[in-house]
Amino acid sequence: MSAVNATTENLNDILSGEDIAPTPQVSTAAAPARRTPYFETESGKRLVENTLTLFRNAIPPLLGMLLFIGLWGLISHSVKNIPGPAETWHSAVELFSDPFYNNGPNDQGIGWNILNSLYRVGIGFGLAAAVGIPLGFMVGRFDFLNRMLSPIISILRPVSPLAWLPIGLLVLQKAEPASIWVIFISSIWPMVLNTAAGVQRIPQDYMNVARVLNLSEFKVFTKILFPAVLPYVLTGVRLSIGVAWLVIVAAEMLTGGVGIGFWVWDEWNNLNVAHIIIAIFVVGIVGLLLEQGLMLLAKRFSYE
Amino acid sequence: MQSYVQIENAGMVFNTRKGRFTALADINLNVEHGEFIALIGHSGCGKSTLLNLVAGLLDATEGVLLLANKEIKGPGPERSVVFQNHSLLPWLTAFENVYLAVEKVFGTGESKAQLKARTTAALELVGLTHATGKLPGEISGGMKQRVGIARALAMEPKVLLMDEPFGALDALTRAHLQDELMKIVAATKSTVMMVTHDVDEAVLLSDRIVMMTNGPAATIGDVLSVDLPRPRDRLALAHDPHYHALRSQVLEFLYSRQMRPLEAA
Repeated sequence: MSAVNATTENLNDILSGEDIAPTPQVSTAAAPARRTPYFETESGKRLVENTLTLFRNAIPPLLGMLLFIGLWGLISHSVKNIPGPAETWHSAVELFSDPFYNNGPNDQGIGWNILNSLYRVGIGFGLAAAVGIPLGFMVGRFDFLNRMLSPIISILRPVSPLAWLPIGLLVLQKAEPASIWVIFISSIWPMVLNTAAGVQRIPQDYMNVARVLNLSEFKVFTKILFPAVLPYVLTGVRLSIGVAWLVIVAAEMLTGGVGIGFWVWDEWNNLNVAHIIIAIFVVGIVGLLLEQGLMLLAKRFSYE
Repeated sequence: MQSYVQIENAGMVFNTRKGRFTALADINLNVEHGEFIALIGHSGCGKSTLLNLVAGLLDATEGVLLLANKEIKGPGPERSVVFQNHSLLPWLTAFENVYLAVEKVFGTGESKAQLKARTTAALELVGLTHATGKLPGEISGGMKQRVGIARALAMEPKVLLMDEPFGALDALTRAHLQDELMKIVAATKSTVMMVTHDVDEAVLLSDRIVMMTNGPAATIGDVLSVDLPRPRDRLALAHDPHYHALRSQVLEFLYSRQMRPLEAA
């Protein structure tokens, strides 16, 4: 068998030149020795190792999920009106099979609802970042501004986001900008405070380098201030987006319109509890994705 | 002829929360062009403060400091500093860290290629040609400190100020960098002021050792001329009785005349 192989391979070798030369070398070298079982080879060992780590890493979260679903099933059995996991799953499959239908303003697919909520969060959060990050830089850089603003910030920061809604409705007259306003005012604080803290914590050494080199304000900002503060800014951004997504559901419940929060309220009025549970999962998963995405971004920009 | 660096009756008083603290008083020192000065003393004696006065990072509250007959006002690249903890910007590579300084000092008159050549030359001088593209986080402490030295040297300063540059390094790396520094200083004929708390380092490297008394109101206690011939070899010096005599003079100053009070220990 091996002799036949060798001749055909030699023939191929001769016919097609050096391109396939490595193949016969491997086969002839392996032929006389006892065939090593795959799991004893280097790649085989690695495969076993990787599979084991995969299991080790996957088992605790899977177990947690199973426990959660089991508990949920138990509760749904004993409490009337709470749909069980299977029922919810079927409902979700049905819901997500057509996420982008549009039957007028009060009946749209789940996809539209999520996108509308994301849009509001994006605008509110974007405005908050546009104001909050530069403000944070200034608060961190100028002690006077810091002492001027810190009492105001300390008072406003712990205010529940929804307490701002009436003010927004009063001033802006419409529900849509009012909910964006709520996102803005509740998500601005982590960015201001973290950016300011980052600026204040720039090691004196870096500023001494800037002074010895006599760097221009522009160079100081681009080469020292900005890169040094960026990780702090991203922490603020991450916290802010968490807050914004947390708040949007509550804000939409009150203001109405198309959005995941209003959808929850609407389904409550329809007494469709399965959809409410689905909405809870959707809100959780989207929030997780937003935060993980920003974590990736933060890792990309951290230099240590 | 006037001395290159002149420090006349300099004093430094800090306003702290506990009131005024006199760190330095009546400092008088003249440094010649091309001279290597070591500042030695117990920790807290204000030797770093004195260096920062020359660097311009601090303004003397009394007296006057001159460099080449011009008063020192604020920091500037003609008095480059090698900081104790290297102070490289961690988001820039070794090359970029040095280039930032080179660009600032020579950027107005020279082309990009010339600036890059200067940067490469400075890194070559400290033996780091292979690590130019590395970030500070990717290289050892000794290499970081060498980048710091390259950055300071690349600016072609009138005075090179070093604040315990090898303090954070292990003994072998320190010895290696000391030898390199001696070669570089001999080649570039730099004027150097170096803060150290290492007696051997002071005797090995410097032309004069400025010994400072303990604070508060620290001042120069004594100045020792190190008249060992150059180039100096640490192995040969280990058996040189004159080296040991100088060394014991510094030790005698530090541990007998300026013993730290017990409560400070």
